[in-house]
Amino acid sequence: MAKASTDPASFLAMPGFFMSFIATPQFLHFADPLPLTGGGSIRDYTLAYETYGTLDADGSNAVLVCHALNASHHVAGVYEGQPRSEGWWDNLIGPGKPVDTNRFFVIGVNNLGSCFGSTGPMHKHPDTGEIYGADFPVVTVEDWVNAQARLLDRLGVRQLAAVLGGSLGGMQALSWTLQYPDRVRHAVVVASAPNLTAENIAFNEVARRAIVTDPDFHGGHFYRHGVVPKRGLRIARMIGHITYLSDDVMNEKFGRQLREGLAPRYSTQDIEFQIESYLRYQGDKFSDYFDANTYLLITRALDYFDPALAHGGNLTLALARATARFLLVSFTTDWRFSPGRSREIVKALLDNRRDVSYAEIDAPHGHDAFLLDDARYHGVIASYFQRIAHELPAPETAP
Amino acid sequence: MSDRHTMHAIARRVPHGARVLDLGCGDGSLLAHLQRERGCTGYGVEIDDANVLACVRQGVNVVQLNLEEGLALFGDNAFDVVLQIDTLQHLRNAEVMLRETARVGRSGIVAFPNFAHWPNRLSVLRGRMPVTRRLPYQWYDTPNIRVGTFKDFEVLATKNRLRILDAFGLQDGREVRRLPNALAGTAVFHFEHD
Repeated sequence: MAKASTDPASFLAMPGFFMSFIATPQFLHFADPLPLTGGGSIRDYTLAYETYGTLDADGSNAVLVCHALNASHHVAGVYEGQPRSEGWWDNLIGPGKPVDTNRFFVIGVNNLGSCFGSTGPMHKHPDTGEIYGADFPVVTVEDWVNAQARLLDRLGVRQLAAVLGGSLGGMQALSWTLQYPDRVRHAVVVASAPNLTAENIAFNEVARRAIVTDPDFHGGHFYRHGVVPKRGLRIARMIGHITYLSDDVMNEKFGRQLREGLAPRYSTQDIEFQIESYLRYQGDKFSDYFDANTYLLITRALDYFDPALAHGGNLTLALARATARFLLVSFTTDWRFSPGRSREIVKALLDNRRDVSYAEIDAPHGHDAFLLDDARYHGVIASYFQRIAHELPAPETAP
Repeated sequence: MSDRHTMHAIARRVPHGARVLDLGCGDGSLLAHLQRERGCTGYGVEIDDANVLACVRQGVNVVQLNLEEGLALFGDNAFDVVLQIDTLQHLRNAEVMLRETARVGRSGIVAFPNFAHWPNRLSVLRGRMPVTRRLPYQWYDTPNIRVGTFKDFEVLATKNRLRILDAFGLQDGREVRRLPNALAGTAVFHFEHD
């Protein structure tokens, strides 16, 4: 049954696996106001995006990749002259990889409100000429999807072969099938959920309070003061990081290892344990590049996402609009977006008699697993995309 | 059980265009066959990673689940036919799964190795557990944790008030309707619930 070419391990043997291709960010300006879920609109905004592969003449091979909290339009490949600048899903997407850019035209887009190139709170409000800061409008998953749809219009993509996303990106993929059912043939939703649980919102709120109560935050207008609320961002990242890992992985990686020597130093404020050192390092790194207002905006978008809300909390009714075929993947040790949450989506799709496959990958890495290279996980994604490729009209050039 | 004749013997019982749930669907071959040849739609349920991958590769809808956790994902009478082909013998709670099969499907088809097949009886008479083509494992490492006979299943089905539409044996790809409890390595039951 297994063909050599579909064996995940065979990707290792393919040329181009170790050396990624060159990616180039692009920018499109949108003058027309985009109406927002929370009221009002945003106009004169820019979306940063990247594309890989070639769009078929009939436009049928486009795949949109939606990003999560700390990611961007730089999904795959490296930037010219910048070694180790691989995109955040470079292990999954590229020539000969599970989402094969030799066959698919892959689009990565940075969402509104982010801090990696698209218009965000660090940019100027077109009305006032002032930096948005705290005045950047609240954006939702639905707003992002609407903005992405406008980008596709400009790129000449009417219908997606697939929309793909993990975590918050999975929410966007799901939302695509509800907002634009006739523009999506397949949705691949990884490590995601139909909404956040109270515990998840609680984690987000702790992170937000850390940022907002940082004296350098200045109500979100810290740019004017030439400061960055780094303390808040660090703590927000530390909390987030804990929830992305599993207890087992953390124990395996750090255990109770002390940072220096074998004996504790009996200090309340110095770093004692390796895990402390690791979290502080992650926090420091993050606070150097991430925007505080973006953190608030994106965690809020997570909190608000709840397609069942308009249907009395009934997800089955909410997903009745979806006509796409689905692949859902979850990871057994992911407690932030647990398998049970993916199963809720699966059940709602089954109730609606939609085509759906669901893989529950027994991986130790917690929520982070969706970004890692696991043969079973990547094997399922690769096989699914090969099926999608089979449905496409024959490519213009011989393979 | 994966042989073509057996698969076709089961597939013949599934009406054209039926919505099918295949519990323990393996690599999805039966569902792929039903989709292709009989215009059926539906889903497979599998626990094994390699089988889930094989299903996705074949273009068969598959849901990765441990059947021991029940079928809560599936609504009452959601399917025309629920298949349990060589699955029952691996389940700790075979009776609960039989009831769940009856709940989610208007009808069910169950196939499993018939322990009362004469070579098995002969082996036990000789004082040893059978090791055959159909039951190829030693008693100490068999995945078949429930061994039952054609007649045993009749009793279980009746106890659970299932109406047996058809029951027969399968041996060497052929239906066995005479003395299936002794002459067939595989028991097949097609039933519906009240």
